[in-house]
Amino acid sequence: MDPVPVSADHHDPFARPGSLTPPGADPVVRAIDLQKFYGSNHVLKGVTIEVYPRETICLIGKSGSGKSTLLRCVNFLEEPTVGFIEVDGLRVASDPLRPRNRQHQEQIRQIRLRAQMVFQEFNLFPHMKVIDNLIEGPIRVKGMPRDQAIATAERYLAKVGLSEKRDEYPGRLSGGQKQRVAIARALTMEPRVLLFDEPTSALDPTLVGEVINVMEELAHEGATMIVVTHEMAFAREAADRIYFIEDGVFVEVGPPEEVLGHPKDPRTHDFLARTLGEAHVPA
Amino acid sequence: MSYAGGGGAAQADEGFRLAHPDVIVARIAASRARARLRFRMIFVLTWIVLVGGLAAALAESGKVDPSFIAKWGPFILQGIPVTLFVSVCSIVLAVVFALFGALGRLSRNPPVYAIATLYVSLVRGTPLIVQIIFVYLALPQFGIVLDALTGGILALSFNYGAYLTEIFRAGVEAIPRGQREAAQALGMTERSIMRRVILPQAIRIVIPAIGNDFISMTKDSALVSLVTIQEVFWRAQNAGTQSFRTFEALMIAAMVYWVMTIVFSLGQERLERRMAEGDVRL
Repeated sequence: MDPVPVSADHHDPFARPGSLTPPGADPVVRAIDLQKFYGSNHVLKGVTIEVYPRETICLIGKSGSGKSTLLRCVNFLEEPTVGFIEVDGLRVASDPLRPRNRQHQEQIRQIRLRAQMVFQEFNLFPHMKVIDNLIEGPIRVKGMPRDQAIATAERYLAKVGLSEKRDEYPGRLSGGQKQRVAIARALTMEPRVLLFDEPTSALDPTLVGEVINVMEELAHEGATMIVVTHEMAFAREAADRIYFIEDGVFVEVGPPEEVLGHPKDPRTHDFLARTLGEAHVPA
Repeated sequence: MSYAGGGGAAQADEGFRLAHPDVIVARIAASRARARLRFRMIFVLTWIVLVGGLAAALAESGKVDPSFIAKWGPFILQGIPVTLFVSVCSIVLAVVFALFGALGRLSRNPPVYAIATLYVSLVRGTPLIVQIIFVYLALPQFGIVLDALTGGILALSFNYGAYLTEIFRAGVEAIPRGQREAAQALGMTERSIMRRVILPQAIRIVIPAIGNDFISMTKDSALVSLVTIQEVFWRAQNAGTQSFRTFEALMIAAMVYWVMTIVFSLGQERLERRMAEGDVRL
């Protein structure tokens, strides 16, 4: 195991770079001491996570445990109540009491275009063709010339194996195809990190495989990814580290063989027993 | 609409057992088509009987003077282009008012929201006829003199714009939250999220409502006769009073409005069907 890098201003007891990360690398994503309240509901109770280049991180846990909220806090779709987010060295402090001024909005936007999200419900734009879904961001947000955006989009569309759907509307695609287009849309922005929010949970069981294949390919090619998922097979195969979260705190963190293979905490064991079946979880 | 299965169900059942699937499909399709045609024919026939009977009864009663129609009919019909012009201009302008109204009603800027809300409240809370007369009589007192046509169109569109404002707002709010989130996640600004993602989808939702409002607008445009715009109703009234045949004149006007709305309804049905076919919902 590589030594744990100690950042200047914060020491994270859980930070544990994956095998691909050279010691001392700077994290792509760092969430420090995040807390989130919905009204009086304390959803995140102070979580710290560091993600290094080329790592695939899986967040697992029961629904309502706070895993999606954590992911949505990383790109400020949810404003954290307390804490910092750092993406690619850009740091934004949460401050829900501060009026959202232009500068703050711009910082958030800069973070978002470096941390692209893939949603459970795909959220493709139904009034645009597949190709237009893909080039919307690069053209409007990054100011890329149109032909260059189209070339980039076509490359990533080919990568997810959907070149022939270039001029279809999303309504004519299957769920699995929609999600692959959504992944291509995120890739076309060429982000530093990809955030996946239960990308296969809305899919027909027969369509899960094609999406998982694309994600595994990305993971093996060295994309940096944070994946909220219930697909334990994917986590086992692709994750460098797994974070098990319950009631808004990390209960257990480690490589898949430890967290899934030899869970130390009874809560992790309990969760895995329910998800995978008792027989698959060594005591 | 329900298409009754028709006779011979049991016998068809026996036949289908041995038939080739293509034959079954073709026979079901033919049977459906027959039922549909039958339904339409009975529909048209019923209308002919009812409307024709009414017309015959009126003619028989001797209270209707056919020569009036020959003499004044063309004069009244000349109002159709004016009615259409007023309605089309007003609905276009109303959509513009509604667009700004809806953006205001969705704004988080307090004065903008207040102004938009005042607009909707005031316009929906006062009678259209008062608003039309107000534009015609009250505005000149403040030095704003509009010619009748402009004033009439302005009053109608201002009024319809307020109702459409609430429809547009509902249309925007009907767009799933994920659409906004996806656009935000791409890094788009609020302005381009509205312009590129939300509004194009909201407009598809509200097009049937705009069509509906256009149909009621054609009829409400009769009210601008008050400010001497020579549209269908104004002409009917004048023709009626000049020849002491108000009943005939108004009946012609009513028929004109009715036929116009039937034509528009058919057009709207067609538009809606086309939109449903080309539906590209997620």
